[in-house]
Amino acid sequence: MAEARPTHGVEWAIAGAVVSFLGLVVVLPLISLVATVGRAPWEAVAGLSTGEAVNALGLSAAVAAIALAVNGVFGVVGGLALVRHRFPGRRLLDWLVDLPLAVSPVMTGLGFLLLFGRTGFLGPVLERLDVQVAFAVPGAIVATLFVTLPFTVREVALVAEEVGTVEEEVAATLGATAAQSFWRVTLPKIRHGVVLGVTLTVARALGEFGAVLVLGGAITNRTMTATTYIHAAIEGRQTSAGFGMALVLAATSVLLMSAVQRRTSR
Amino acid sequence: MSIRLDRVSRSFGAGPVVDDVSLAVQAGELVCLLGPSGGGKSTILRIIAGLERADAGEVWLEGQRVDHLHARDRDVGFVFQHYALFRHLDVAGNIGFGLSVRRRPPDFIRARVAELLELMGLGGLERRFPASLSGGQRQRVALARALAPAPKLLLLDEPFSAVDAQVRQELRQWLRRLHDDVPITSILVTHDQDEAFAIADRVFICRNGRIEQAGTPVEILDEPASEFVAQFIGDVNLLDGVVRDGTVWVGPLGMAWPARDGACRVVIRSYDLKFWCMNPGIASVARILPMGDRVRVEAILDGGQALFAQFPRRSSLLLGLEKGTRIGVEVTHARCWPIQARVST
Repeated sequence: MAEARPTHGVEWAIAGAVVSFLGLVVVLPLISLVATVGRAPWEAVAGLSTGEAVNALGLSAAVAAIALAVNGVFGVVGGLALVRHRFPGRRLLDWLVDLPLAVSPVMTGLGFLLLFGRTGFLGPVLERLDVQVAFAVPGAIVATLFVTLPFTVREVALVAEEVGTVEEEVAATLGATAAQSFWRVTLPKIRHGVVLGVTLTVARALGEFGAVLVLGGAITNRTMTATTYIHAAIEGRQTSAGFGMALVLAATSVLLMSAVQRRTSR
Repeated sequence: MSIRLDRVSRSFGAGPVVDDVSLAVQAGELVCLLGPSGGGKSTILRIIAGLERADAGEVWLEGQRVDHLHARDRDVGFVFQHYALFRHLDVAGNIGFGLSVRRRPPDFIRARVAELLELMGLGGLERRFPASLSGGQRQRVALARALAPAPKLLLLDEPFSAVDAQVRQELRQWLRRLHDDVPITSILVTHDQDEAFAIADRVFICRNGRIEQAGTPVEILDEPASEFVAQFIGDVNLLDGVVRDGTVWVGPLGMAWPARDGACRVVIRSYDLKFWCMNPGIASVARILPMGDRVRVEAILDGGQALFAQFPRRSSLLLGLEKGTRIGVEVTHARCWPIQARVST
């Protein structure tokens, strides 16, 4: 049989193709963004110092924090349940968890609007309770929770599958209660999955646009998030503020991912 | 801690893995569950520990029925096959885990961990993490961790199968000494008959979810209760024989055997045979295979049945033996099973 190892030429060609592709779709857009803002940085700073921009960033941060907390907890519980337990409806749950990845956020927002809107199914109930979801902050939160649901569940399930349950059995024979076993054995074992999952959750929460726009309404100073601010800024021809905000989001994402990379590749 | 299993059964889907097993172990004994993989040994151990529940039957520890007790309340140390150390904890953290979840004071934990490090020959490793330890060290940490809460019962599931041969020998000897030094009852699961016979007070032979025989190593070696046991515990010849008037005949080879006339299976361990040069004799040497310190001699009995014997390298019985030599054969110990009985079991 012939030597199966590719020659250097082939390796270089493959590497070159991969790097060019990544450069085109990942690096070049980022560079254009930096270059554009860099041409007049003070304008971007001025645009970002307005109350609207600060409020938008604040809401995005708050929504991302809530998504982190809620979907972090749900992700750990759900991910472990999917891998370790057999219960009725497990397959349905397994399927539902991936749904937000497949459904367009705009459709998601619309679906929620038909549920929570004034004429929606839950509209009368919400009105009696005097709670407004659609075109209000809760709307932005609900929309974000939905689109960020899969990340922690999936990462936790992946790691939990890999690490198995023998250490938990050890802990039981050593006298650990279920709670001790969870906090002192299970959680440390799956922590890489949790960290990666919640990081992706935060990154996705900060970047969500469609669902938040449809359900939240992008009302200035009320339900406008960082992404909907960019959209509004560009529509309103305040391009430098929009670019500045885009750069802030991009930098945050890059920082988040590189922090995770360092932690999980140890 | 004395242990009693009373008619315990457990099935996983396809069929019974543990099938109506009863056994009793006295306090202070070291016993081995020995048998081929998939024979139900590990499941029996896990049922005793409370990691698996039995479908039927009773488990008694020290005269108390414990079926309803969770693993954490059974006071049992368990050593798993692949160590299963806590990777995020250092050696001291691993050993102290069982004490710390029982909320023992920190000073007490520190003292106990130091004591175990000393006992296990792990001094100086307390701040190391499992990833940086050798297989033998990991296994000793796992053992120390199981012993730390001072359990009265120690269960070991194939504990030495993942370490290399020499370390395994050492750990074996060392486990036996440890068992004798600490007031504890131990059950060890293994598929290695040398291991079982080297350290156990008593051996239970498991097969297809049942206990095929229980006894001391010598009892089992000398009086295997079935053809399976005889075959499993070592290098044996399995031959077809016929009993006639109190003698069993394998071709020209006769041995005294008090049984009813009829066909039978004859089991002769390779160490229970003597060969010597003799003409005409009753067999001829087919092959001589050096095997380190031993020599394996294969011969064909007149009539066609093959058998083999093993001798020490310098044994006088080997003098003059070579391929084709005619030999006499003497059997020092053999067991026979009538063929009908085999069918009925």
